[in-house]
Amino acid sequence: MPFAPAITDLEQLKEHPAIARLLSWNRAAVEGAKFDRDEMSVYVERCSIREACALLRDTPSCSFNYLSDVTCVDWYPAEPRFEVVYHLLSIRQKERVRLKVRLSGDSPALESVTSVWPSANYFEREVFDLFGIRFTGHPYLRRILMPEDWEGHPLRKDYPVEGYR
Amino acid sequence: MAHLTSMPALEPGQDRTMILNMGPQHPSTHGVLRLILEIDGETVVRIMPDIGFLHTGIEKTCEAKFYQQVVPLTDRIDYLCPMTNNLCYVLAVEKLLSLEIPPKAQWLRVMLNELTRINSHLVWLGTHAMDIGALTVFLYCFREREDVLRLFEAVSGQRMMTSYFRIGGVALEPPLDFFDRVRAFANRFPSKVDEYENLLTGNPIWMMRTKGVARISAEDAISLGASGPTLRGSGVDIDLRRDMPYSGYENFKFKVPVAQEGDVFARYICRVQELRESIGIVQQALDGMPQGPIKADAPKVVLPDREKMKTQMEALIYHFKIITEGFAVPAGEVYQAVESPRGEMGYYVVSDGTAKPYRVHMRSACLANLQLLPKMCEGRLIADVVAAIGSIDIVLGEIDR
Repeated sequence: MPFAPAITDLEQLKEHPAIARLLSWNRAAVEGAKFDRDEMSVYVERCSIREACALLRDTPSCSFNYLSDVTCVDWYPAEPRFEVVYHLLSIRQKERVRLKVRLSGDSPALESVTSVWPSANYFEREVFDLFGIRFTGHPYLRRILMPEDWEGHPLRKDYPVEGYR
Repeated sequence: MAHLTSMPALEPGQDRTMILNMGPQHPSTHGVLRLILEIDGETVVRIMPDIGFLHTGIEKTCEAKFYQQVVPLTDRIDYLCPMTNNLCYVLAVEKLLSLEIPPKAQWLRVMLNELTRINSHLVWLGTHAMDIGALTVFLYCFREREDVLRLFEAVSGQRMMTSYFRIGGVALEPPLDFFDRVRAFANRFPSKVDEYENLLTGNPIWMMRTKGVARISAEDAISLGASGPTLRGSGVDIDLRRDMPYSGYENFKFKVPVAQEGDVFARYICRVQELRESIGIVQQALDGMPQGPIKADAPKVVLPDREKMKTQMEALIYHFKIITEGFAVPAGEVYQAVESPRGEMGYYVVSDGTAKPYRVHMRSACLANLQLLPKMCEGRLIADVVAAIGSIDIVLGEIDR
């Protein structure tokens, strides 16, 4: 099942309902898009993520009403260093879309989506715990998997696999 | 991890409540879940789950392994459904590689996946019933679970940590009498489900302990991230096997049980019906099992047969290369979700073009389902908390990873 080559040109992808909706709302909110291996990724500008999520949830033409997952990828030492990744699912249309936010490595922070989906609570706490990314507006942003007094964020690439000795 | 001190201070005049610590060694928390309960007499005012006791850093470990070395780690995430995790991971990597899997391997995977679902649901049913006080069901369920584990042992050599699925297919051809043994099990299993239902479904004590307990609405379930039987028990009709099919599930006919009430009993009914549907899928897989190879034709990715490796130079070279330096996976990212017995199990695999995954993230159904617990239990009795934990079927290995 070979896939077609990835499409990264926003002009070709603007017909996709999620991208079309975001573009018509605020052109500056969409930094780019990628369609690869039958999966759509949209790069969202950092300050717009919460509103973009609320928009995609409430628009009838896309209705991405379910947040599957929030996670993060560390591209250390490249800049912008972090990519926070949101996987959205439309239960009605059985469709997924991936939103990504690029963050610089210098005190990374972005807006929490817990007000859009309460399910983001644990997911964002996990990203905070393991990557050290702050989610502003999160109701209870504390470590979730590691002990409360742990130093460092284990899933960062500059954190050794065997831990600090 | 949360601490008692992290509970917000109580308002004056509310000093009638007390803090009770439940777990992490409490038998009804199904592992090492710790709950901090604020109770007013027998009534639960607030719940705060505290997790992380089983955190082993599997996601970090994956980044230091070759792609094929990650498969055994995925077993250990959810020790009740190892095959589902194997499947989800190998599907994600196969999608990155654009690898075509032969039909027989796909059907074997589906069949074993459904047996895994049966295995997992049997442990759930036994322990859930035991929590609520129906001790006999536990013995009945573990009797049949033993049969399933023997099947796993026959096919993979392991009862629990099977690691049977490989990138590009399955590890070995099943033994000669394997399909006959599965068929014998599939023929007798429906009558066993009748036995469980005889003990529970119409039982007045069971109904009193489960009906109307820990109710959750469809809107709340969606917004709190529930999936699997927990979501379907609230009337949301979604099953990834049917709606976003993978690994050849589109070739199978099965019903997706949905219940409307959203209480413990609804989730119980959904799972028990799933037992029957799963055994139906196993029957279909046995009847239509295609012939042919069990591994993809991709010598750079799939290990050669032992026979070939010992007789052919080329096969020996490939074997040596795969074992010592792995195989490069094209750069890209994939999110693959499967319907695990607990809900949406997702693997997000990012490749940077080398032989080791750049990032592997597991979307755990249990972690999301656990977020429903406070909503389900606040304002109800402590005894209902035990029923609610059982009804969302958590496995702490998957939550903490």
